Amino acid sequence: MSNDSISAKNATADAAGVAADASPTGEPRSEAAVSPDASLLTSGSEGGIGGFFRRIVKVQSFQILLVLLAIFVVFSALAPDTFPTWSNMRLVIQNVSILAVLGIGMTYVIITSGIDLSIGSVLVFSGVIAAKVMQGMGGDGWGTAIVGILVSIVCGVLWGIFNGLLIAKAKVPPLIVTLGTLSGALGLAQVITGGVDIREVPAVLASNIGYGNIPGTTIPTISVIALVLLLILGVVLHKTKFGLYTYAVGSNEESARRVGVKVDRHLIFVYALSGLMAGMAGILSLAQYSTTAIAGQSTTSLAVIAAVVIGGTSLFGGVGTIFGTIVGLFIPAILQNGFVITGVQPFWQQVAIGAVLIVAVYIDQRRRAAASRATKTGKRSLAHLFRR
Amino acid sequence: MSSTTPILEARGLTRSFGAVRALDGADFDVHAGEVVALIGDNGAGKSTMVKALSGNLALDSGTILFNGAEVDLSSPSVASHMGIETVFQDLALAPHLTPPQNMYLGREIPAPGFLGKLGFLDNKTMRARSKVAFDELGATVRSYSSPVGSMSGGQRQAIAIARAVVWAKGVVFLDEPTAALGVVQTKAVLETIRKVRDKGVGVVFISHSMPHVIEVSDRVQVLRLGRRVATFQAKDTSVEELVGAMTGALDAGAKS
Ligand SMILES: Nc1ncnc2c1ncn2[C@@H]1O[C@H](COP(=O)(O)OP(=O)(O)O)[C@@H](O)[C@H]1O
Ligand SMILES: [Mg+2]
Repeated sequence: MSNDSISAKNATADAAGVAADASPTGEPRSEAAVSPDASLLTSGSEGGIGGFFRRIVKVQSFQILLVLLAIFVVFSALAPDTFPTWSNMRLVIQNVSILAVLGIGMTYVIITSGIDLSIGSVLVFSGVIAAKVMQGMGGDGWGTAIVGILVSIVCGVLWGIFNGLLIAKAKVPPLIVTLGTLSGALGLAQVITGGVDIREVPAVLASNIGYGNIPGTTIPTISVIALVLLLILGVVLHKTKFGLYTYAVGSNEESARRVGVKVDRHLIFVYALSGLMAGMAGILSLAQYSTTAIAGQSTTSLAVIAAVVIGGTSLFGGVGTIFGTIVGLFIPAILQNGFVITGVQPFWQQVAIGAVLIVAVYIDQRRRAAASRATKTGKRSLAHLFRR
Repeated sequence: MSSTTPILEARGLTRSFGAVRALDGADFDVHAGEVVALIGDNGAGKSTMVKALSGNLALDSGTILFNGAEVDLSSPSVASHMGIETVFQDLALAPHLTPPQNMYLGREIPAPGFLGKLGFLDNKTMRARSKVAFDELGATVRSYSSPVGSMSGGQRQAIAIARAVVWAKGVVFLDEPTAALGVVQTKAVLETIRKVRDKGVGVVFISHSMPHVIEVSDRVQVLRLGRRVATFQAKDTSVEELVGAMTGALDAGAKS
């Protein structure tokens, strides 16, 4: 009700005939003083190449791309024979692919001002169920593999819907819901396997998708799969109604609701999408490593969240790009690879990523605080992740 | 017909928030092609009334009639379908979306053909049409590709008003639309209200500025403690009389 009291105060002043152009929103007074009605009278320009560059330079995903290029240049200079080679870059790209698939769903979720901590565990759970089913069916052919792929995807989607229902309908905060499913999905995977990894994976899956290349090239199949998903879901996010509603829900849930956007249903779809990507990643991981790697995904969710945020997607919601997420994934990957090649302890990568992450969130918070001073509608802190 | 049957009428609306009776048997009516000012002290229940009549709030009791027929305004989209639009006191734009995106949110124009079926949007048309709508209202929007959150309070208000009046075919509610505006912008809003009324839309205007109320409205209805206590013809009333009715200093002898 603070909105009410603020504008009511102004309205009273208005009624008394005083300061009709007072600025009740707390905007910088100077702006109003210089030209109280600039907004209705001036028609500034926004076009032009110069304007385009000025705008793009302010975009975080572009800034972070410059950081990535700088890192690349430095390592290329330090290890010109080994670092900037296709075989090395191919390795980096291959390692990033599964995280990229997860990053797609996470980008959507974070744009709605939510969070999904569960993807690492859902990945494991989906992989375990798929491995169990394929083990039960036996056989090394595509028939078994395709069933496994579908099972993994369905498991992921079901976890996602479960998350979405609790968040949208039961109004449990996303951080808590997905913390619960992070634990629950992993626990169930361990119960089902007795904690012992399954290492039987159909040969077609491992050799064609897991570590295979697109026939006739040296391009990893798994990376092409990730790229196709990135392109499709990037277009959906940036060009379609579904994408627009994702931004609208994250920007101002109430306003979306008032114009008839089915906010609850949309949130369920978005968490289902995140689950779908985790299920996808589950089967890809199984194919790549030929093991369910139950204990190997404990930091996956956090790594993906960090990448999404570094790529300029705002934890406050309403802002973000798939492109930024890709760049945000390559920074840790390149750092790790570069440190190994130049003989620095690769543990430094984790330190560097922590620093980049904090800087990224700091910048985001600053920008957000500035914007919400102007709009009043903004969420000022990340506390929204704890409530619905 | 417009002079006899109100386009929108409320009878005996009641709504409590805990111990607070925000609406306590409130009546209200507005005709097509008429500006009705809804006035009352802070907390009188004006915003609550607007929310109830725009499908944004469930009532404890009371009936709502649209063109004389009882309706159930259970959701904002039901109200939208009847041509009822609202500019809320708390604005309710999505700050990260552009003006055209806000204008068309929930009513996007799909791209032609198969792409539209896939969910692609016709951004060009939406942008062009919102430009026309903004121009018509004299609201020159500085940028059609920047998020509205980066714009001034007055500009956001102009966008919110433009969005409401573009879609309003029956009734438009404006809850304190001029509270954040300067002199020139306020004039533009009052001008818009007249234009919209002349199109045959019923306009409900909430304001604390009595001179504006008298200037722009045809009738004035006064809410006090969740109840309509008086109705005045704007041309026959005065600021003193309205303030008296709002505060209860004048006894609630309803004139009509
Ligand atoms: N969502 C709500 N929760 C609790 N109390 C509310 C809510 N909305 C309105 N009220 C209360 O109802 C009364 C009427 O409020 P409102 O309709 O906003 O008045 P007005 O717009 O005339 O100033 C006030 O006492 C207000 O505090
Ligand atoms: Mg109010």
